[in-house]
Amino acid sequence: MNELPQQLVNGLLLGSMYGLVAIGYTMVYGIVQLINFAHGEIFMTGAFGALTVYAYILPDGTSMWVALPLMLIGAVLVAVLVAVGAERFAYRPLRTAPRLAPLITAIGLSLALQQAVWAWYPEAKSARTFPQINGGPFHLGSVTIQTGDVFLIIAAPISMAVLAYFVMKTRTGRGMQATAQDPDTAKLMGIDTDRIIVVAFALGAAFAAIGGVAYGLKYGQIDFRMGFILGLKAFTAAVLGGIGNIYGAMIGGVVLGVAETLATAYIADIPGMDKFGSQSWADVWAFVLLILVLLFRPQGLLGERVADRA
Amino acid sequence: MTALLEVEDLRVAYGKIEAVKGISFKVEAGQVVTLIGTNGAGKTTTLRTLSGLLKPVGGQIRFNGRSLKKIPAHEVVSLGLAHSPEGRHIFPRMSIEDNLRLGAFLRNDKPGIEKDIQRAYDLFPILGERRKQAAGTLSGGEQQMLAMGRALMSQPKLLMLDEPSMGLSPIMMQKIMATIAELKAQGTTILLVEQNAQAALSLADQGHVMEVGNIVLSGTGQDLLHDESVRKAYLGED
Repeated sequence: MNELPQQLVNGLLLGSMYGLVAIGYTMVYGIVQLINFAHGEIFMTGAFGALTVYAYILPDGTSMWVALPLMLIGAVLVAVLVAVGAERFAYRPLRTAPRLAPLITAIGLSLALQQAVWAWYPEAKSARTFPQINGGPFHLGSVTIQTGDVFLIIAAPISMAVLAYFVMKTRTGRGMQATAQDPDTAKLMGIDTDRIIVVAFALGAAFAAIGGVAYGLKYGQIDFRMGFILGLKAFTAAVLGGIGNIYGAMIGGVVLGVAETLATAYIADIPGMDKFGSQSWADVWAFVLLILVLLFRPQGLLGERVADRA
Repeated sequence: MTALLEVEDLRVAYGKIEAVKGISFKVEAGQVVTLIGTNGAGKTTTLRTLSGLLKPVGGQIRFNGRSLKKIPAHEVVSLGLAHSPEGRHIFPRMSIEDNLRLGAFLRNDKPGIEKDIQRAYDLFPILGERRKQAAGTLSGGEQQMLAMGRALMSQPKLLMLDEPSMGLSPIMMQKIMATIAELKAQGTTILLVEQNAQAALSLADQGHVMEVGNIVLSGTGQDLLHDESVRKAYLGED
């Protein structure tokens, strides 16, 4: 059996990946109050964007040290394009429609994107192998870190720092905060809220794409369905952290990842619970956590107070 | 000289219901013009249309010689038209200072912005004392001060104030009205929407009385203040 520090690290890594994807849910929700259920598929298309660069654009046998940055660019490009296209052609025409309409559109878009990759991406009807970084694993005391996870260790904190800087310090970031708090008044300040919404979709997609690359490196393969469960988990992370709060997304991701990992590792040790510790129960524990949070702290861990939206 | 703001036969509708049914009025530079009337008269609708948040179904709006009809809301402020909305609508989770800075969102002159922030604090000292405090924690009157200060941060040619005295204590209301008088003395052009007709008309060069989407009576502030029908309907005399 693995030691606790190892489990914590595993949970932290898994959680950072959830967090990267959760940012997109929370940013879009914060600004247009839409749960973009196609966001999991944007994460998926990002992973396929990276694979496309490696498998079809770069010459065979390109070193991963050269390939990885280009794959990241490919991933971000594809995911941002899909997300901005979805905003422009699927969600924007429904901006003033009843809330249910864009929600159902999002679910439809999610299925359409899955099926499009299934039907048209070469050999994507089953899982495709994702290129791996050679070397490793690395040992830090009793903790082993797989080579594929090193990317996550570097990318997740940098992404978060870039996002925090952007939202707090740049003009567009301040415009984004204002739009989230009061869109009409934001317009009166001279903020082009349509542009802000596009930026929110694009930023969320970029972080999801980084998460998609991290997923490929971590698990070694990607498929057209990978966005479904991971999207749900990331959405859970966003709700857990307090939807609408970007720091909450990352914290919610980490809490979810750690909780899920620890539950899977240790719950079988509780007398009478020996049947509930396998990997196949991991999703159950993740969603049990969601239900508990919704019961006892519905606004999430760092939740925005709802009352001040007067 | 043409007026700073010219509204001609303006009509605005929510779906099939016309809220503003063809009103015309002017605001000359340096004037304070007020629209008074009861709830539902179309005053707020008029201001929201002037600032581009609502699209008119007919009529003309000319501001500083330009038609505003096709200009999106976020560009109107750059032309010099600032709007302090009904219900104040400050950004509750931002600090007072960040709220003021958002008022200057489109400006790039950093020293000028700092100077104007200081000017807002001079106008409303309480805001300066609490500059780091989240705006949502302020009292109604303080939020109103912030909303006005924020609107001034865009250096407007015309300041539109929607119900600045709404929901305020009598003392706070006097304070806000005194500030509007001070702004007027400094030469600020103001379009003021108020339910408190007495206070608004006392300040105004021109007044227009609105009823169910129409302007039913116009005149100087003093004329309206002494008009019998106005006194009966809006000043609570019989």
